[in-house]
Amino acid sequence: MGNFWTRYKRNHAAVFGLFVIALIIVMAITASFLYPEDPFRLVGKPLSEPLTNGFLLGSDSLGRDVASGIVHGAKTSLLIGFVATLVSVFIGIFFGAFAGYFGGLIDDILMRVTEIFQTIPSFIFAILLVAILKPSMSSIVIAIAVVSWPGVARLVRGEFLAVKNREFVQACHTLGMSDLRIMLWEILPNCLSPIIVVGSLMVATAILIESGLAFLGLGDPNVMSWGFLIGAGRTMLRSAWWVCTFPGVAILITVLAINLIGEGLNDALNPRLKERQ
Amino acid sequence: MTKRLLSINDLSILLPTGADREYAVQDINLELNAGETVCVVGESGSGKSLTARAVMGLLPAPHVRIGKGEIIFDDEDLTKVTYERLRELRGSEISMIFQEPMTALNPVMTIGAQIDEVFRYHVSMSAKERVEKAVSLLVDVNLPDPAKIINAYPHELSGGQRQRSMIAMALALGPKILIADEPTTALDVTTQAQILELISDMQKRLDTGVLFITHDFGVVADIADRVIVMQHGKIVETGTTKQVLQKPKHPYTKSLIAAIPRLKPRKARSRAAKVVLEAEDICKSFGGGRSFFGFGKPSRDVKAVQNVQIELRRGETLGVVGESGSGKSTLARCIIRLIDSDAGQIKLGDVDITKLSRSELRPFRKRIQMVFQDPFASLNPRIKVGDIISQGPILQGEDKDEASKRAYELLDIVGLDRRSFDRFPHEFSGGQRQRIGIARALSLRPDILVADEPVSALDVSIQAQILELLDEIRAQMDLSMLFITHDLRVAAQVCDYVAVMQYGKIVETGPTAELFENPKDAYTKSLLAAVPGKDWHF
Amino acid sequence: MTKSTKIFKYVGKRLLQGIPIILAIVIINFFLLNLAEGDAVDVLAGEAGSATPEYMAQLRKKFGLDQPLPVQLMVYLKNVLSLDLGYSFRHDMPVNELIFDRFAATGLLMTSTIILAVGFGILLGLLAAMRLNTWKDAVITVFALITYATPLFWVGLMMIVVFSLNLGWFPTSGMTNIAAFYEGWDYVVDVARHLVLPTITLSLFYLALYTRMMRASMLEQYGQDYVVTARAKGLTERRITYVHVLRNALLPVVTMAGVQVGALIGGSVIVESVFAWPGLGMLAFESLFARDLNLLLGIFLLSSMLVVVVNLIVDIIYCFLDPRIEVN
Repeated sequence: MGNFWTRYKRNHAAVFGLFVIALIIVMAITASFLYPEDPFRLVGKPLSEPLTNGFLLGSDSLGRDVASGIVHGAKTSLLIGFVATLVSVFIGIFFGAFAGYFGGLIDDILMRVTEIFQTIPSFIFAILLVAILKPSMSSIVIAIAVVSWPGVARLVRGEFLAVKNREFVQACHTLGMSDLRIMLWEILPNCLSPIIVVGSLMVATAILIESGLAFLGLGDPNVMSWGFLIGAGRTMLRSAWWVCTFPGVAILITVLAINLIGEGLNDALNPRLKERQ
Repeated sequence: MTKRLLSINDLSILLPTGADREYAVQDINLELNAGETVCVVGESGSGKSLTARAVMGLLPAPHVRIGKGEIIFDDEDLTKVTYERLRELRGSEISMIFQEPMTALNPVMTIGAQIDEVFRYHVSMSAKERVEKAVSLLVDVNLPDPAKIINAYPHELSGGQRQRSMIAMALALGPKILIADEPTTALDVTTQAQILELISDMQKRLDTGVLFITHDFGVVADIADRVIVMQHGKIVETGTTKQVLQKPKHPYTKSLIAAIPRLKPRKARSRAAKVVLEAEDICKSFGGGRSFFGFGKPSRDVKAVQNVQIELRRGETLGVVGESGSGKSTLARCIIRLIDSDAGQIKLGDVDITKLSRSELRPFRKRIQMVFQDPFASLNPRIKVGDIISQGPILQGEDKDEASKRAYELLDIVGLDRRSFDRFPHEFSGGQRQRIGIARALSLRPDILVADEPVSALDVSIQAQILELLDEIRAQMDLSMLFITHDLRVAAQVCDYVAVMQYGKIVETGPTAELFENPKDAYTKSLLAAVPGKDWHF
Repeated sequence: MTKSTKIFKYVGKRLLQGIPIILAIVIINFFLLNLAEGDAVDVLAGEAGSATPEYMAQLRKKFGLDQPLPVQLMVYLKNVLSLDLGYSFRHDMPVNELIFDRFAATGLLMTSTIILAVGFGILLGLLAAMRLNTWKDAVITVFALITYATPLFWVGLMMIVVFSLNLGWFPTSGMTNIAAFYEGWDYVVDVARHLVLPTITLSLFYLALYTRMMRASMLEQYGQDYVVTARAKGLTERRITYVHVLRNALLPVVTMAGVQVGALIGGSVIVESVFAWPGLGMLAFESLFARDLNLLLGIFLLSSMLVVVVNLIVDIIYCFLDPRIEVN
């Protein structure tokens, strides 16, 4: 573990990313303290420029506080990003592990299903799913998970295929170990590094998909989100540039920070991958 | 007096800061004359490959670079010449061939195009002349159907053919020096013998000086005029082949030469009457059966093992010898039921284990265990050594404390410190890992040990120790051993009985001494003839 | 067997493999249609304002909606095979006609985007790898890192703010200047001017992706053994980079370009709706708002098929680039 941190620390950008994400998480947790008012409430003069009328980042056409929206939207983005990633990693590991370990017919069937899901244009599929299931936090999470898991499944399958033929796995067979135990205790721990790296990058992608959905008006109507702010502000683009600009910057910074963390994790976890070969 | 081609004077190569030592190579002196073969011998990490690369100016810069010294070729110091001059010399005056011809050739270019480049960048010839020259080169290196090979991609050739193409490419412009970096290590013995012969033929024809990097004293004995022995980046001994091989002075050289397995078979022991393992008519094919949803014809069937018969008696070591693709490893995995054979019987005592289900098989697992080839791949890097050794008995229902106690005892038996119990595999060297693997195999108190190339990934000196350990354990525990190897010298040393495999079939079998002295099958004869250094009495 | 007949066979085989995938997508489509609350009749009834239950039952019978699901599925499959994707009540037009009307605009946007993203991505990645650890590499890497993290729709809006509203260089939306009635060459120029911002917006993310991949791929290939061989042969660094390394490094990028086509179609929904580009994406956006599910599903089905076709084309290109692909 100490070793991991030393290697991670070497990537300064990744440390910076971690710092930024920590700040955003703190911001999301303390949102109700920073802006106790409901972010949907009309709290002042519409279309106030930043730093006027008591608005740090201005207000939108209805007089909602953009800064409040950003702080509250952080919670939505992070929550959906993490949960959707967890769900899709779980599905991906399940498909990939069984396909890679058992091979043959099981592999064929599972991989054909994966291929179908990979062929379908994912964003349109997500739009359809949310539109049909009616926009809500859970339907958005389901939609993102459904379109994101195939990548993980392919990765995990590849890793399982590579590791299952390693001699230590054969040794486990000769000792009489059960398949499930071999998959969970012997192979999976050896595949975790790439899964963690890919998973961290998927959080970023999930946040981008969520913001896109919200921008198109498919966000949970009861929850503030960055994409919603931008979507609501686009008609006012000519007169109120700030309504669209700041939430976009928030998305950019968050996604960038997560990508930096992903690269740091890759640097920190990859030496072991190389050593294994 | 023959012409001096190359002299390396006081050469030191620096490693990047933070490496385990400062110099990769320190104060090396080396000379090479026209028509001469100089072998640089050493174990992994001795700096022999870097020395060779330094001559070509191919060190992995900027991390590894020359610290001091000179490399004189034809009155020019190669450490000081311009990049452009070095480029001119490479491929025309000094050429190089590598260990792994598959990765050393560009996978997306044809052999012809890769040879053609050598001409294009060094001499001016018309396209037609270049093609003609390339074909004649392929003829020179005895490649069949050169007109076809010129348009072939590397993956379409066999390992031996690839290495021949590499040699054709290296010798295209008749260089003065050929540097060969373990060029036969990745090849089978019979192919190795052919390639070595080819190199020495071409050398005679072109009067080339050959700098040959190898770890194998057998190869040295066959081809070298002079030998340089390296250890930890320094030269420990140099001399003519005869001097070094027969009267080594330095203790390291002595130990290396002592560790070489001899082709002299061990003395036959009397055979026990009791048969512990009997395999009858084992067959196994791969490929075929294209997937469920897939279209097209099923791919071709490879008959990996065909009607193989084997009998292992109590306390004896039975060697299964063959080249890559002979089916020996598949056979071993069928016997231990890592893969299911298509047909035949495998009897442990009186029980045929081929028909048993996984749960029925479990109690029989104890009786037959395996030692694997790759000391790095055979231990789970995420699990502690103690758990690796004790998990077998625990799975078989033994008490956890009892299993740990047994693991400690096994560490003693295989010659490892008891503190190893709480360490992870990556803290150990290759030889030590192999000991851990042996301890794991012994943890279930098996009667039979299947050893699949247990020493082929190890340096010679370590090889000897592991072979000794296996032999001791076999005697001590009255084990029977099925020993898979490609190396006839190793087989000679440890096996009582030998079966020779080719194309999935056993072509000849018999007591080691008898079979080695008086081989009947043509393939056995060619295998024995190809063993490097066989005519040399160290 | 010659190379060309081999590839011909391979294409046939891959086409056959595409069929079950398309079939599966059609089936998924059917179930999504059934998953949605209310059927076409509900929509129609809603349109009409009021309808008696008897009339609705009659309509259901007419459309075959009273049949069991498997029968409906078979009917749906048959319809799709005859390119009948249903009826858009909102537009009062068959779905397939609507889609074909809009197809050209999306095709234009996608083509220009792929050329820009793949072309410049390869160039920038190549440049970064060749100038490793210099300021050029640093600039390219940072540029790729940032664009890789930027949401498409936001880039589009910012482009409009900067290049249309403030600088006035390019039009804000649409595909043509409706008031101008250009013809001939003027028309081409007009469309091209409208195309610039949507293309840049849609391509930025993928440009970043291909740049990063190309850089990593080049660096990986530089470390391969065959590069040492090429140096040992006395080739120039130019030759090594442009002939040996480049071709090998392109392989994963080509594969990736194929995989990303589906994502690109998704991205076009956003970009087209930002720039009011009259393509399939815009149509999808409109149908989303009008709750015109038939139309949305039609677009979904067609774009999936498009991905299958593009993947096939990429596979064929790959065949020519990598001789190791065993066609059989």
